[in-house]
Amino acid sequence: MESLTLTDGEQKYYSDLFVYCDTDNTKKVASNGRVLDLFRAAQLPSEVVLQITELCGATRLGHFGRSQFYIALKLIAVAQSGLPLRVESLNSVKDLPLPRFVVAKNEQEARHTAMYPDSENQGSYQGVIPRPPGRGHVKKLSAHEVIQPCVPTVEPQLQPDTTSPVVSPHQSPPTSPHWRKHKRQASGGNVERQPVVVAGAVWTPFREPQAGPVVSGDGMWSANSPPPVQESWVSLKDAHPPSSSTLPAIHSSPVQENSSIRTVASATTANETQRQSSGGYDDPWKITDEQRQYYINQFKTIQPDLNGFIPGSAAKEFFTKSKLPILELSHIWELSDFDKDGALTLDEFCAAFHLVVARKNSYDLPEKLPESLMPKLIDLDDSAEVPDQAPDVGYSGSPVEVTPNKSPSMPSLNQTWPDLNQGNEQWETFSERSSSSQTLTQFDSNIAPADPDTAIVHPVPIRMTPSKIHMQEMELKRTGSDHTHPTSPLMAKPPDLSEETKLAPSMKFVTANSGDGYSSSDSYTSDQDPITSVVTRQRSHSGTSPEGLKVVTAPPPPPPRPHASHSRSSSLDMNRSFAAVPPGPQSAGVVAYPPAVPPRPLPTQTSGPHSGHRSDEGLAAHSTTSPQQIPEQPNFADFSQFQVFAASEEPSDDGEKHPESLPVEKSLEGAGPLRTVKSDNQEERAAATVNSAKGSIMAPPPKPVRRRLKSEDELQEEALPLKSNVIATVLAAQPSIPRSVGKDKKAIQASIRRNKETNTVLARLNSELQQQLKDLLEERISLEVQLEQLRPFSHL
Amino acid sequence: MAVCIAVIAKENYPLYIRSVPVQNELKFHYTVHTSLDVVEEKISAVGKAMADQRELYLGLLYPTEDYKVYGYVTNSKVKFVIVADSSNTSLRDNEIRSMFRKLHNSFTDVMCNPFYNPGDTIQSKAFDSMVSAMMVQAS
Repeated sequence: MESLTLTDGEQKYYSDLFVYCDTDNTKKVASNGRVLDLFRAAQLPSEVVLQITELCGATRLGHFGRSQFYIALKLIAVAQSGLPLRVESLNSVKDLPLPRFVVAKNEQEARHTAMYPDSENQGSYQGVIPRPPGRGHVKKLSAHEVIQPCVPTVEPQLQPDTTSPVVSPHQSPPTSPHWRKHKRQASGGNVERQPVVVAGAVWTPFREPQAGPVVSGDGMWSANSPPPVQESWVSLKDAHPPSSSTLPAIHSSPVQENSSIRTVASATTANETQRQSSGGYDDPWKITDEQRQYYINQFKTIQPDLNGFIPGSAAKEFFTKSKLPILELSHIWELSDFDKDGALTLDEFCAAFHLVVARKNSYDLPEKLPESLMPKLIDLDDSAEVPDQAPDVGYSGSPVEVTPNKSPSMPSLNQTWPDLNQGNEQWETFSERSSSSQTLTQFDSNIAPADPDTAIVHPVPIRMTPSKIHMQEMELKRTGSDHTHPTSPLMAKPPDLSEETKLAPSMKFVTANSGDGYSSSDSYTSDQDPITSVVTRQRSHSGTSPEGLKVVTAPPPPPPRPHASHSRSSSLDMNRSFAAVPPGPQSAGVVAYPPAVPPRPLPTQTSGPHSGHRSDEGLAAHSTTSPQQIPEQPNFADFSQFQVFAASEEPSDDGEKHPESLPVEKSLEGAGPLRTVKSDNQEERAAATVNSAKGSIMAPPPKPVRRRLKSEDELQEEALPLKSNVIATVLAAQPSIPRSVGKDKKAIQASIRRNKETNTVLARLNSELQQQLKDLLEERISLEVQLEQLRPFSHL
Repeated sequence: MAVCIAVIAKENYPLYIRSVPVQNELKFHYTVHTSLDVVEEKISAVGKAMADQRELYLGLLYPTEDYKVYGYVTNSKVKFVIVADSSNTSLRDNEIRSMFRKLHNSFTDVMCNPFYNPGDTIQSKAFDSMVSAMMVQAS
């Protein structure tokens, strides 16, 4: 058999593998399952494996001796690197990466190989390791001896490459540059998996020992590692203490390349190296500190804030640089975006990066996110079995894929995993609950800001239900008129403002608010709503009848006008309720008008052209109705003023009439109910004329009031004196009518009532007198006719 | 349990369709295709009351003697169609609704993936697994 020169690393690797396969410890590995498994794990076609076995001479021997085994391994490496299987290639291929076995990735080997930089490999080991004398002697040779020859052949070729992949596993923890180196290899030979092979080969043998009791449930994510592997490596385990502990040792080893490459920050390189590093740990998915630091640096390049998010688009660009297929990137995203928010937090980003690196190094992606990659930073203290997990506290833990029963050393951790898984489910259910089909389309319309004083209001359309209107009214009553600040109405006790002052700020506030029918307040300021809505109502008021509101002393606008203005801004309910609203900020009289059509009995009475009377009667009517409609009118001053004013007008204009009306009234009352009824009907029409007649009558001495019910002549004769008496009494009573401005409301109302009655009486009187006049004229005509009849005799 | 689950895009081409493999898949594809007409009809029925008022769950689109077809439309006019076996103990409406809800959630997760271009077929494994869980266990 050809001499086989192996690097020291390879020697170690192969020896480890040999020991692994050598279950019987006979230094002679038959074609047992382990070997076959190992070869199968090399992921080579079966015919290649057969060829290899043949080449190495095992078929000849019938079993794998150490040399055959080593040769076979070497050939596997050759095959994995895509080179034709030739016996010559054993030695000719200089820089052959170590055979990679998917089953077992072992970083120990990598570390070991890393310990021996290229420069040292070539010749030194050869010298150290005696050449294998031949096949027959191969068995006796130590592993190192056998391996040695191959080493130089392997090394040179991969000079630029080998070292880094070899080095990377233990260097990857320290620095990112090695990841980049790896990247170069990857780019160069990723397809052929050369660097991968090295890394894998380096890893696999050591992976197995590592996979031993340290992490019994080690999750080789290819999930091919047979459990027995772990047992056989017990010895090695002792030799190779758990990964984390060895790591520091290896880290301390001279890593020449550590400082060399530390510039480029390309994701892909990082991916590769990282993947290698990740493979060498107990948990293939654990992120080392150095890796983590690298990821954090990468994160910072995208998002300076470590607590912030990387949006999906940025992450997409970033990871697309790794040149992984979109499908795989999509899968990585699905795994790493833990909270499904379309953005990556630092943890998620690290997990994604880690997965990308792994994938770059041809590690298969897991179906579920490994727990070590889960974006949680809980300190899992119960990982007592896992040594030296301090640096990776957040990520310490058994691998995900491992079923709990395989990791008895970390039962507590395993307990957390189901919790996590359940948490996932709970998360799912939570999201289910929260994102039901209903809520998907509905938005919370009652978003209450935390700080009510922020006064950040957004228009919230509210439906003015009667109950709300009532509430608003109550609010309005309660809060009064301080509208300058949105919340002040709620909080401030409104001082007793005059009506005008109340109006002014309210109107200002109205103009500041927007939208009729909308209350510009949040739900928490629902109290404000009544104010604003009322204010908006006011606004509509003011918009249409500003003069009425502003000019208090001016004569009130005709009642129907404000009523019409409300048609758009308020529903009938509002009108009605509005009428009921205490006119705190409103002018009582004017506001009270519109909602209720003031009963106007006066149209019948005021058919006459006498405006004064009409206004008086109108006022009287309003005054009578308004108090009835509005239970409480604290600010009746305006209207009262007007009333008084009007009342004061009345006496001046119709001063004569009042005394007339009063006596007329009294005479009427005295005459009897019948007469009044009848005279009412008749005098409704002639009221004005009667009044005017009465007015004229008043100037001269009061004429006798004639009553129609009795015989006209008799009545005429009797009524007139009676009427005159009545008029006299009315006149006498007239001065009692208050004329002062600030008269008591009741007195004013009484006077108004009296005046109205006086008017009525006078009107009736007027009509009666008119009728009497007509009768008299007829009599006169008849008398004249008689006279003429008698006179002809004289003319004869 | 569903016999066939389909996700139809706004333009009425399938984004994802999966049926219990043993049976004649073509029949289910055809059923889903014809059910789109019913979906369109139900969508347009609401008229001016826009999507906010229209419920996402459309309910039973039409029953045949073998199976029932249920529909669900998202606000972006992506339709989910579930074909359920009639012989199966009749699924309660709530169950169908919950299935649609899960579908919608998973679909949203797929959409959130920046590597997924809307309009592509859905190849997410998570989505697949969720759908598998809802399908009738392989007969």
